[in-house]
Amino acid sequence: MKNLLAFVIKHNFIFIFFFLQAVCAWLMVHNRGFQGSRVLNSSNLVVANVYETAANTKEYFYLKQENDKLALENAILRNYMKSSYAILPLKEFKKNDTLYLEQYSFINAKVVNSSVNKRRNFLTLNVGSREGVAQDMAVMTSDGIVGIVTNVSANFASVMSLLHKDVRVNCQLKKDKSYGPLIWDGADYRYCLLTDIPTHSKIRHGDTVLTSELSGIFPEGIMVGTIETYERRQNESYYTAKVKLSADLKKVNHVYVIKNRLKTERDSLEKATQKQIDD
Amino acid sequence: MTTEILKNIARFIVLVLLQVLIIQNINLTGYMILLPYVMVILILPFETNKLIVLLASFLLGVFVDYFYDSSGLHAAACTAMGFSRHYVLKYIAPRDGYDIGVKPTVEDMGLEWFLRYAGTLILIHHFFLFYLEIFRFSEFFSTLLRVILSSIGTFSLIYIIQLLFLSNKRRV
Repeated sequence: MKNLLAFVIKHNFIFIFFFLQAVCAWLMVHNRGFQGSRVLNSSNLVVANVYETAANTKEYFYLKQENDKLALENAILRNYMKSSYAILPLKEFKKNDTLYLEQYSFINAKVVNSSVNKRRNFLTLNVGSREGVAQDMAVMTSDGIVGIVTNVSANFASVMSLLHKDVRVNCQLKKDKSYGPLIWDGADYRYCLLTDIPTHSKIRHGDTVLTSELSGIFPEGIMVGTIETYERRQNESYYTAKVKLSADLKKVNHVYVIKNRLKTERDSLEKATQKQIDD
Repeated sequence: MTTEILKNIARFIVLVLLQVLIIQNINLTGYMILLPYVMVILILPFETNKLIVLLASFLLGVFVDYFYDSSGLHAAACTAMGFSRHYVLKYIAPRDGYDIGVKPTVEDMGLEWFLRYAGTLILIHHFFLFYLEIFRFSEFFSTLLRVILSSIGTFSLIYIIQLLFLSNKRRV
């Protein structure tokens, strides 16, 4: 025992090194289980506040572009206003509101921190559970989809960006509704890969890619991007297409968090069915 | 001595803030990631106790992890680098040891020596960082390319920072 102790003290440098590495390993494993157990640091108060100050400063440089974009969006929304429509006096055209159930609602948010140059990229938003944001909600800009909320604190939310090695969003071609998961290969923040597109699909350069209802998170038909190139890899019976994302994830500033009011119902139903199958 | 410690602490803070507020947003393709904050460890004085180097590296990693949302990842890579520093310094030491008052910088030791010293340590750091980050073998070669390109980028940036800010002799 005495010899062992002497040995440890003599080689304390190496032992402390292994101890510190063990601490790091514990930290990594502890915070990286599946999504539910993830505690992301930039939801923490100190770090988030440093980032928010930096983001506030940076925002001044983009005020003009941001204003132009909002003005444009205002103009588009104005088109949908009731005052822009002529009222049709015929009774048949009247819609009964009880026929429609509002499924999606949108929460406005500002990005206080984002990255595009890691293999797992996250964004931090300045809205949290206080504003009604919860895990697994979709996030989009007026240009296209951005990511999925993975973690919320009272005032901030962490969003797993599309540029994450584990992200899989089901998307479809606008043209013929053939769908497949969208993944990111880590090469360029402007492009993602749309995989598993069946070979009978008449895919072309420039085709529009939209979200699919199958994802269960995004509403159907939100813009994702356009097809840049596509190929059929050896020994695969599917196309893999390179998609140019319509949202510029490097310049993302104002986003909308999409709340799906029917999600809990759908999830619990699907879970119950799955359980029936398993039993 | 005290001023030297204060200087190193100030350098620690400035480089971490530089890294997380500015460099983090620079994007030169997904394969070249610049991490000049490791310079904190590189230019600690020669006579610093190796245990202090090790603990400082760990702390540096933890701080950067806090901002990068990657708990433990940078800490592990930095600790590995702080550990290797002792052996790298021993391996490439001149025959009669290092002179007193000399710092491991380009200016004091020359570019060739610094390239061997910093190059090795940056490669070790990036190797640990990127392979732990991806943690799978299916992207082995693309990760290797990322390690090599990022090391080149980080080294160049550290070299430029040293030329700009760490030069004692004012050129006339």
